[in-house]
Amino acid sequence: MRIRTLIDVPPKARPGELITIRATISHPMETGYRRDSGGTLLARDIIRTFSCRFGDKTFFRSDLFPAVSANPYLSFHYRAQVSGELTFIWSGDRGFEHRERVALIVE
Amino acid sequence: MNADRDSSPPGSPGQTGERAQASEATHGQRRALVGALLAWPMRSRAARAAALGGLMSSAASGFASSGSTTTGSSTTQRASTASAQPTRADSPAASYDEAILRFTGGTRPGSGKVKLDVAVLIDNGNTVPVSVSVDHPMNDDDHVQAIAIFSERNPQHEVLRVDLTPANGRASVASRIRLATSQKLMAVARLSDGSYWSREMEVIVTLAACIEGEP
Repeated sequence: MRIRTLIDVPPKARPGELITIRATISHPMETGYRRDSGGTLLARDIIRTFSCRFGDKTFFRSDLFPAVSANPYLSFHYRAQVSGELTFIWSGDRGFEHRERVALIVE
Repeated sequence: MNADRDSSPPGSPGQTGERAQASEATHGQRRALVGALLAWPMRSRAARAAALGGLMSSAASGFASSGSTTTGSSTTQRASTASAQPTRADSPAASYDEAILRFTGGTRPGSGKVKLDVAVLIDNGNTVPVSVSVDHPMNDDDHVQAIAIFSERNPQHEVLRVDLTPANGRASVASRIRLATSQKLMAVARLSDGSYWSREMEVIVTLAACIEGEP
């Protein structure tokens, strides 16, 4: 299954500007508490962690639990100082790992 | 205004999927939910009484322990042991209170500073927009280190936890969560000085997130 992500970073920021970053990834976030029609418990399959880096510095990280909705969405802030690259990393059950890179332009 | 923008997703890649999930709820489930909703005021009184009892006893124990742990060094020690827990997701806390106390390292969080934004009446528990912000600066030497959200009556009491740094500029996060039933929600923030602040809210859920087979 193709993993789709939606990342919202302002196209340009002024030095020192507080920007809002919003990130969504397609994922079922199967809780591990549901049963199928035959009564068998569906194994948990969730994204457990999400982190965001600027360059090689992680400035935001998060632990997700089964109560986070399918296609997990997170919105947070970042104080833009210089141009660089933002890296978004999701990881979870069944060896799930996905990375996206987005350029941040500060001028 | 900003909070509104925060809680609306940038797009909806799986909205159809969420709708499909919602319609999977059987009629029986809906009837049970309506019944639960009608019984809400009564149940909530009973729940409040029980919660009050629990709070009083835990507050008493909180006071007892806080007497010996008010020094700065012991607070930082506690903070570092809390962040050293490796597998938070794999060892769910047994109760709402335990989940909160595990995050705070045993202290009861103070009330205030934290703003928890969530609708009081929720139509669909499968995807509930929620945002938390903390009224505190984000300086290098004084900032919000972590925010966690807890649910009173979901099968697992931990909901979401974020670790922040001064580079975030503002201690504010938004996400979408699942709620199994009408219940209390608590957002707790940890500051760099080792103190904990919280905000609790009671929400009513009409269509629960699917947890068939759960007691």
